[in-house]
Amino acid sequence: MSTLEQTLMFIKIGIVLAGLLATVPIMLFVERRGSALMQNRLGPNRMGPFGLFQAACDVIKFIFKEDRAPAHVNKFYYTIAPWVAVIPAFMTFAVIPFAGSLSLEGTTTQFQIANLDVGVLYCFSIASLGVYGIIMAGWASNNHYSLLGSLRSSAQMISYELTLGLSLVGLMMVFQSVKLGDIASAQGETLFMLGSIAIPKWGVFIQPVGFLLFLVSVFAETNRLPFDLPEGESELIAGYHLEYGSMRFAMFMMAEFINMAVASALIATLFFGGWQLLPFFSIVVSKVQALDLFPNPGLVEVLFQGLSFVIKVASWMWFFVWVRWTLPRFRFDQLMNFGWKVLFPLGLLNVLVTGFLIYKGVL
Amino acid sequence: MIDYPFLAFVAFSTIAILGSLMVIFKKNPVASAFALVAVFFAFAGLYALMSAHLVAALQILVYTGAIMVLFVFVIMLLNQDRPVEDFKSSSGTFKVISGVAVSFLVFLFVKVAFLARGIVPAGDWTVEKMEEQGGNVKSIANALFSDHILQFELTSFLLLGAIVATIAIAKRKGSSGRTAP
Repeated sequence: MSTLEQTLMFIKIGIVLAGLLATVPIMLFVERRGSALMQNRLGPNRMGPFGLFQAACDVIKFIFKEDRAPAHVNKFYYTIAPWVAVIPAFMTFAVIPFAGSLSLEGTTTQFQIANLDVGVLYCFSIASLGVYGIIMAGWASNNHYSLLGSLRSSAQMISYELTLGLSLVGLMMVFQSVKLGDIASAQGETLFMLGSIAIPKWGVFIQPVGFLLFLVSVFAETNRLPFDLPEGESELIAGYHLEYGSMRFAMFMMAEFINMAVASALIATLFFGGWQLLPFFSIVVSKVQALDLFPNPGLVEVLFQGLSFVIKVASWMWFFVWVRWTLPRFRFDQLMNFGWKVLFPLGLLNVLVTGFLIYKGVL
Repeated sequence: MIDYPFLAFVAFSTIAILGSLMVIFKKNPVASAFALVAVFFAFAGLYALMSAHLVAALQILVYTGAIMVLFVFVIMLLNQDRPVEDFKSSSGTFKVISGVAVSFLVFLFVKVAFLARGIVPAGDWTVEKMEEQGGNVKSIANALFSDHILQFELTSFLLLGAIVATIAIAKRKGSSGRTAP
């Protein structure tokens, strides 16, 4: 590995880490003001313009608040549980491509930390580790409400992981790959022409059922409403993080927001073309390239690809917030029945139909 | 230049050995289960170091992500607070059996060490050959669905049989079909 490659690697890791850490305060702000917008209230609007500094105040409060642990907890597991929740959340992003490739001094770099052979399987396997943070927290808290919360979360995660995996099998069959980089670049092709508008070969147009299944199960995997049974304030007080306060509680919140970011990035990459330019961006790119501001014209394209990716991810994160403040919570048996009796058979059917269509040469 | 793969190897093997010891010596079953999760994770890391990414991903996905979650789930439902009884006061038979088992294991280790004597030669499935065939996923899928299709399908039938049997046993005891989640 040359020094240039090493530097680029560190730059890429830096971009991803900084981006993920930045989502947390932004989502804190968006979730509060967004919920207020939907419920026709004002929300926290006192700190700074539009209440933008509220997140900073929250962070300062979390850091300086006394870090107390109740006497009845299992100290070791109580302490490591937030870390177990937050570290896998960061790790998952390693295989997601956030821009195309750039040629620099003869070497081509992919804007992706690791282009693993197993691609999306790595995402699933690391994401499935996140449930241990919740289980550990609930168990170590030595509290019935917490334990119930973590029991619910383990049952829910296992059930919906099946659908999550199955919903992508069709997509992998169409694109003939499990590598996220391959899937993202394959979506740049044109599916068909609608008049003069080119419809891109995005996953959502090829696999609409797979997309819906993936979207629903991702909500269950990230423990967001309408599937936030592990927290369920009205029944379990706060579920698995009931006994947590100050920075430790903040870490659980961080894990949730970062999981949301990763889930949105996966939706964008698998079904909405990933880093492929948004429709009107290709015109902008050629205009900016004509200005000749940068020595390397590829750089402009990469920047706009990154911007397209960020816009796609941000819209899906807004969708998460939107759903949270729109839909009521499911009952637990409804959740289980829905997962096993509706989503799972639909996922199997989707694989079958996709296989048939590929066999017939339609896809 | 730091030898990162070697450092990773040392770290993962240490976690695997310490974790395995913790699985045995922890009094609390849930703590043992968590230690076993760490062991599985370390194994996955070792597989990844050998460029077997698919095996590593499946190791985490299946063992850590699904089976161990179920284990922990069942342990937490069955006995939350009761630690298992201490084996110090157990019978002489137990001591004899464990003695025999330990000596057999030691014998096995020594035998393998003598057989290997240094570096074990690489088999048919080298890293280069896997690359040639289009990576981990493709080469394993090709092997599974062509040469070993019969064994693969038989295994899936065995698992299906196990699922049906479990449901049959569970149904016989409970009078009503509805069970609490």
